[in-house]
Amino acid sequence: MPGSGSNKALDVLVIGSGNAALTAAISAREIGAEVLVLEAAPEVYRGGNTRHTRNFRCMHAGPTGVLPGEYGENEYFGDLQRVTKGNTDEALARLTIRSSEECYGWMQDHGIRFQPPLSGTLSLSRTNAFFLGGGRALVNAYCRTAANLGVQFVYGALVRHLELKDRRILRVDAEIEGETKSFFPRSVVAASGGFQANIDWMVDAWGPAARNFLVRGSPYNRGIVLRNLIDQGVDTVGDPAQCHAVAIDGRAPKFDGGIVTRLDCIPFSIVVNKHGVRFHDEGEDLWPKRYAIWGRLVAAQPDQIGFAIFDSRSIELFMPSAYPPVEAKSVEVLAMRLGLSKEALVATVEEFNNTCRPGTFRPTELDGLATEKLNPPKSNWARPISNPPFFGYELRPGVTFTYLGLCVSASAQVRAKGSPIENLWAAGEIMAGSILGEGYLAGFGMTIGTVFGRIAGCEAAAHAL
Amino acid sequence: MPSDAITEARRQIQICNACRYCEGYCSVFPAIQMHRNFAEGDIVQFANLCHDCRGCYHACQYIAPHEFDINVPRALASVRQQSWKAHAWPSCVGQLFDRSALAFSSVMVVSLAILFWLTTAMRPASGEGFYSFMSHSLMVAIFVPSFLLPLIAVGISVRRYWKAVGGGSIRWQYIAKAVNSLARMDNLSGGHGEGCNFEDGDRFSNARRWLHQATLAGFLLCFASTCSGTLLHYGFGMEAPYGFLSVPKLLGVPGGILLCIGTAGLAWLKTKADPNLGVASAWGGEMAFILVLFGTSATGLILFAATGEPAVQFLLPLHLGFVLTFFLMIPYSKMVHGFHRLAALLRNAEMMSEDSSLRSH
Repeated sequence: MPGSGSNKALDVLVIGSGNAALTAAISAREIGAEVLVLEAAPEVYRGGNTRHTRNFRCMHAGPTGVLPGEYGENEYFGDLQRVTKGNTDEALARLTIRSSEECYGWMQDHGIRFQPPLSGTLSLSRTNAFFLGGGRALVNAYCRTAANLGVQFVYGALVRHLELKDRRILRVDAEIEGETKSFFPRSVVAASGGFQANIDWMVDAWGPAARNFLVRGSPYNRGIVLRNLIDQGVDTVGDPAQCHAVAIDGRAPKFDGGIVTRLDCIPFSIVVNKHGVRFHDEGEDLWPKRYAIWGRLVAAQPDQIGFAIFDSRSIELFMPSAYPPVEAKSVEVLAMRLGLSKEALVATVEEFNNTCRPGTFRPTELDGLATEKLNPPKSNWARPISNPPFFGYELRPGVTFTYLGLCVSASAQVRAKGSPIENLWAAGEIMAGSILGEGYLAGFGMTIGTVFGRIAGCEAAAHAL
Repeated sequence: MPSDAITEARRQIQICNACRYCEGYCSVFPAIQMHRNFAEGDIVQFANLCHDCRGCYHACQYIAPHEFDINVPRALASVRQQSWKAHAWPSCVGQLFDRSALAFSSVMVVSLAILFWLTTAMRPASGEGFYSFMSHSLMVAIFVPSFLLPLIAVGISVRRYWKAVGGGSIRWQYIAKAVNSLARMDNLSGGHGEGCNFEDGDRFSNARRWLHQATLAGFLLCFASTCSGTLLHYGFGMEAPYGFLSVPKLLGVPGGILLCIGTAGLAWLKTKADPNLGVASAWGGEMAFILVLFGTSATGLILFAATGEPAVQFLLPLHLGFVLTFFLMIPYSKMVHGFHRLAALLRNAEMMSEDSSLRSH
């Protein structure tokens, strides 16, 4: 193993094997550096949360590959401003956006293949380029490219400690096959993701309710490197108490359920808590603009659980789910099957049905079909739940990512007390909070990872050589 | 059909339908996405539409040890294998699929024995070329029924398939689409033209696509060669042996060479492929099928090269033994995949056209 103990020199050590890590490793290797990638997960789970991604958001001045039309810097930045409510670093954000355009060609050159937008994602067709086969195919392609270039990989290598002294990382300790091995790389790229799979940390940040959260991504993103660096005084960015969560199928696995646990039924449902009571306007806005708030809404309910209830008229209006919905001939039986109080659910459904008004139901637009004198109201798509069979899904908050991360410069360099650490760079989710301080913008995490992965890889290699 | 394979495939396909990351790889996923619920016939159709490129497995974030344990290539291979068994005619011999390798070897031994015995015991008094070892009329008497009966069996099995998947009346445009897809083997292209993930993990390669087409083209050329010989014999009174520049040889020699290269290559690839992505019990039979095809073409070429040599005495029955084995095993071996695949592509063309006409209304 290069760089381990007294073995031959190691120029760049990359921690993690997701999109940011791999683009960094490839970039560093192409300049001529000896590169070693340490991945905590076994090979089958390599790639971190990149496994669950499917596109990246790409600026383009005119039609580019699979992307039609144009998506300029200002429109892109405007989109980012809107979702983050201004909680972004404009210089870093604009750097990311401007660099995204050349990423398209770079990715193709390194084995990534694009495809027209996946079905059900029309709203992203102009702004986001989809990888053929999704994120795991991207990880496979980058790993092949990297390995062919001579990048070395060790899987099941859990980095526990980076020895920081006098603004340098002197040593990196990793646990490999039960033994601690020390590496002495000239440069280090930390691209090991966020801490959303570290339940104890989530509980510290969020409170005991976090024990009931499901984690949509890799169980290996435990933030061990992030925590180790924070403990040694590196500068951080992003709200430590925040995470991005959506409402997902309550039957999903605790970790790694990914895309298929998503439910798009809420606009066509009423959502009740475990007492059978509604708590938020289900028809507030078009689903792509609202789906990200429901994780928090459900998280705020008792036991962090909710139930979406709808009838047979709505079953085909949204993407199919991985698990079939709970089905019953009557609302009473549905309540029983979902473990809800019969009386409460029947009362809620009846009250809702009685406040629905006549009008034209138009599922793909804001149809203004709102309830009358209902609290909370349902502002669109409110039509009675009255056609059996009736359906229900259990909802739970599913955490996608955390915001707390390392504060980096435009050259991806990590800092402590405002000045750079000489040989430490960061890329991907571990530093994304610098740019995406709040909210969520589809495909932007992959853009940050690719742009900063490339920068970090080049800078780290330049320092080492 | 035993329902566990169908149930397992349905479970996986429901997850695929909520994910859709793989829809660019092949025709199976767009077909899945036309449904929300999956009847048995739908799943049998997906299984036969699947060309086993394995791209979806390597792209999948839910393969074992993930609790979803997705392995679509294996799930569909399993349904495919069972559907061939269930549709086979006569139904009682459908079980041969489970023992294909054994069946191949047994049929092979018996065929060889019969042909060696016939060429020795019933050697004609006169005749030219290989007709001096076996008369034309005897060859016809053996091979016409042993070709036509299996073809009838395949016809019945495909008809059963068509009914099971709910196929309607066939239009020219479906045939054009299906044949076009077969000719380009676009379901093994990976969607980007770089091929499938068969012989070396997640590396894309067109090796299997090219080798399959060499096999298919070789097979069709050899078949055309036989037809042209029949035509020359009965239509023009021109009897074998034919010279190198005759139509049967101009078709048959390149056909035989392509078939040899294609089958040898496919057999080699098969030894490299991950057995976890297929049905373990089908491997031997599939390999036997490929090797019998290889043997048929190789012995045919050697037989031609040995024209006039005494070795023809052994080579002729050897070659004819391979041919007979191949013919007899057509309905109960991997060979049925070709007929079912063509039917699945036709059905898919039909479904796509129904879907687009629904959308336009």
